[in-house]
Amino acid sequence: MGFDEMYKRWSGKADPSDLRAHYQAYDQWLRQQPAETLKGMREEAEVIFRRVGITFAVYGDKDEDGTGTERLIPFDLLPRIIPHQEWTFLQAGLAQRVTALNRFIHDVYHDQDILKAGVIPRDQVVNNAQFRPEMVGVDVPRGIYSHIAGIDIVRAAQANGSGEYYVLEDNLRVPSGVSYMLENRKMTMRLSPELFNLHRVAPVDHYPDMLLETLRSMAPQGVENPTVVVLTPGMYNSAYFEHAFLAQQMGVELVEGQDLFVRDNYLYMRTTQGAQRVDVIYRRVDDDFLDPLVFRSDSSLGCAGLMNAYRSGHVCICNGVGTGVADDKSIYPYVPKMIEFYLGEKPILSNVPTYMGRDAEDLKYILAHLPELVVKEVHGAGGYGMLVGPAATKAEVEAFRHALLANPGNYIAQPTLSLSTCPTFVDSGLAPRHIDLRPFVLSGEKVQMVAGGLTRVALKEGSLVVNSSQGGGTKDTWVLEN
Amino acid sequence: MLSRTADHLFWMSRYTERAENTARMLHVNVATSLLPQSDHAAQAAWDGLLSISELKAQYDAQYGELNPAKVMQFMVSDESNPSSIASCLRAARENARAVRGALTTESWETQNQTWLELSRMLKAREHEKDPGKFYDWVKMRSHLSRGVTIGTMLRDEAFHFVRLGTFVERGDNTARLLDVRFHALEKAAASDASARSGNDYYHWAALLRSVSAFEIYRKVYRDVIRPERVAELLILRPDMPRSLISSLNGMVSNVQRVANSQSSETQRLLGKLQADLAYARIDEILSTGLHAYLTQFLDRINDLAARISRDFLVPVDVR
Repeated sequence: MGFDEMYKRWSGKADPSDLRAHYQAYDQWLRQQPAETLKGMREEAEVIFRRVGITFAVYGDKDEDGTGTERLIPFDLLPRIIPHQEWTFLQAGLAQRVTALNRFIHDVYHDQDILKAGVIPRDQVVNNAQFRPEMVGVDVPRGIYSHIAGIDIVRAAQANGSGEYYVLEDNLRVPSGVSYMLENRKMTMRLSPELFNLHRVAPVDHYPDMLLETLRSMAPQGVENPTVVVLTPGMYNSAYFEHAFLAQQMGVELVEGQDLFVRDNYLYMRTTQGAQRVDVIYRRVDDDFLDPLVFRSDSSLGCAGLMNAYRSGHVCICNGVGTGVADDKSIYPYVPKMIEFYLGEKPILSNVPTYMGRDAEDLKYILAHLPELVVKEVHGAGGYGMLVGPAATKAEVEAFRHALLANPGNYIAQPTLSLSTCPTFVDSGLAPRHIDLRPFVLSGEKVQMVAGGLTRVALKEGSLVVNSSQGGGTKDTWVLEN
Repeated sequence: MLSRTADHLFWMSRYTERAENTARMLHVNVATSLLPQSDHAAQAAWDGLLSISELKAQYDAQYGELNPAKVMQFMVSDESNPSSIASCLRAARENARAVRGALTTESWETQNQTWLELSRMLKAREHEKDPGKFYDWVKMRSHLSRGVTIGTMLRDEAFHFVRLGTFVERGDNTARLLDVRFHALEKAAASDASARSGNDYYHWAALLRSVSAFEIYRKVYRDVIRPERVAELLILRPDMPRSLISSLNGMVSNVQRVANSQSSETQRLLGKLQADLAYARIDEILSTGLHAYLTQFLDRINDLAARISRDFLVPVDVR
C-alpha cells in the first residue's frame, strides 16, 4: 500500500471523500476546470518553456527535423503541496544535516577528530576517490564548503499508512535544478493565478537574492564589495540554461574558463576594459576540471592557477573543492552519526537503512536479498549504475551479483522504498506517479532556504526513477503558510 | 564586461541586422520583378543580389542556373549560405544564447521566439507560399528585437556593443545595396533606351522602399525622384536612419561610450570617416564615380569593424 500526497487512498479513481485536507481547495478548483482548459494550459506551458529556452541538451540527439538537440523537461500542472508543519520539520532537519556535513568536511581536511574518535573508519575517508589531499590544511571562509546543497528527500509509506520523510542522497558538489523550481512557480502563477488567492503559498522567487547574499558573504577578507561570477562549462552543457539564468537573476557575469586567468595568485577575468579581479566564484564545473595544473591537465573548462589563488585565500570557490568526500554513497550511512558527533543532537531526518558492500555481514545480507533491494554504485549518479531488485529480471539480478562479488566495496544496498505518489496528468487522465523532493539549502553567514524545492516525478507508470535523463518530469512545489 | 560577452552581443545584433537587410534586398527584387522589363534586366537584378553579398560563386557552384525561386531558396533557407536568413537568425540566436545572462529576459525571449517561429515557418514552406509576407515578418522581428533591446536594456557597455553591431552591419549593407542597384540601373539604361523613360521611376522607388526611404524622400525633397537625390539621401543625410552617415554617427557615439586604453586609433579613423561624409557633396561623389566611392567606403567600414574586434572583443593579453 503506497502513500499518496493528495489522497488518503487511491481506489483507481479520484474520490473527493478520500482527499487530504491540504488538497481540498485545489481539488475544488480542479473540478471546475473544463478538460479543454487544462489541455490548453499544458500546451501553453510547453510553448512558454520553449520560448524562455528552459531546455536541456541531449548529447548526440537530433530532433525529427534534424535541427536541434534541445529537450524540454515535462512540466506537470498539478502541484505537489506540502503542509506547513511538515515543512517546518523538514527545514529544521535540513539545516541540522547540512550544518553537520559542513563541519565534517572541515574536520576531514583539518584535525580529523571524527576519524580519531573512530566514528568513521579512516580508510573510508582518506582513500575515498573524492577526498582531495590538495585541500588538507586549507582554510576557507567561515569554514563552509558546501554553500549550495541539494538534499534529495523521499517519502515512503509506513506500515501504519503514514508517510515518513527520508534523506535519500546529499548533493554537496554542484547540485542543479533550482531554476526549474523557480520557473515552475512562475508558470503556475501565469497559467492559473487564481490558485494563489485560494492558497497561501510560500514564495520562492527570492532565491537568487538569497544565493547572492550567501556568495557575497564568502568574500575574501578585506574585500568590501566583492565581484561574484558564475563559472559555466559553456552553452553546450546540459544545465547551461540554469547557469545563465542564475547569473542573470543575480546580475553577475557568467564566465567560462577561457575568460579567466590567474596572476600572482589572484583571479582575474578578461573584460573590454582590461583585467578585473574576481573574489567569489560560483562554479558549476566539477572539481576535476577546475584547474589543469592540479586536477585533469586536459581540462579547458577551468583556469590554470585557480587552486593556488584559492589556497592563498584570494578567491572563494563555491562550492568548495573536495565536498564530494561528504556526499559519497559510502559516507552517507554515517551522516546520522556525524550529526550526533558534531552537534550533540539527535538527527531530525532519517536516513534510508543502508547496507554496505564493504562490510562482510552486510554483504551477506545483500547477496541473500538482492531481488528486494535497490543496489547502487557508490560513485554513481543520475540513476545510472543501479539495480532496482523488484523491477529487475532474473538475468539482471545475476549480472549485478557478479559485479557485486567482483568489487563489493563499490556498492551499497537499500530496501526498496515505496516512494510516495502524487496525481499527475498522463494520457489517460490523472494517475498516481512516484515523486521525490530536492530542497536547496544555502550556507553562508547563516543557513537558509526557500520553502519547498524541486519536485521530480517519474512519468512512467510504476517507475521509481525521477531523473530527467530517464524520463522524469517536474512539478511546482507549494509549501502552505499558516 | 567580458570581452567574450561583448563579442557575442556585437554579433547577435549584426546577424539580426543582416537577416533584415537580406529580407529587404529580396523584397525589392520580388517587387521590381513584377514590373515590365526585359529578361536581361530581370536576370541582372537577381545576379546583382548575389554579387552584393559576394555569394555569386557559391551560388553558381551549388545551383548553376540563375532563377528567382532558387536564388530565394539560397538566400532564405539554405544554411550552407552563411548570409541566408536562416543562417543569420540561427547565428543571432546562438550568440544570444551564449550570453543570455547579459540580455534582458524580454530581449532573449524575442531572439529565441524569432528562431522558433522561423523553424516552424520554413518547415511549413511559408516563405515560398508568400515571399512578401515572409520578408515583412523578418523585418518586423528585427524591428521588434531592436525595439525590445532599446526599451529594456540598461545603458551600459552591453547595450553599446549591441548597438554598435547594428550600425556596422547597416552601414555595410546600405552601401552594398546602393552600389548594386545603381550599377544595375546604369547598365539597364545603357542597353535599353526605353527603360530610360517611365520604368526608371519604379526602379528608384523600389530602391527607396527597400530601405524604408520612399516617404522620407518625398518629405525631404518635395520633388520627383532623381537618382542624385536618392544617392544623397542614402549617403549623406544624417536624418535618414539607414543612410551611411547615420550608421557612422551611431558607430562613433557608441564607440565613445566603451572606449578603452587601446581604442584611440580606431576612434580617430572613425571620426575621419564620419567627417568625410559630413562634409562631402553629392555632385563631388558622383563626378568621381559612385561605384569607386562605395567600394572605398566598404573597405574603410570593414577595416573599422576589424579594429573594433581587435580593441574590445578579442581578450586583451594582460600578462
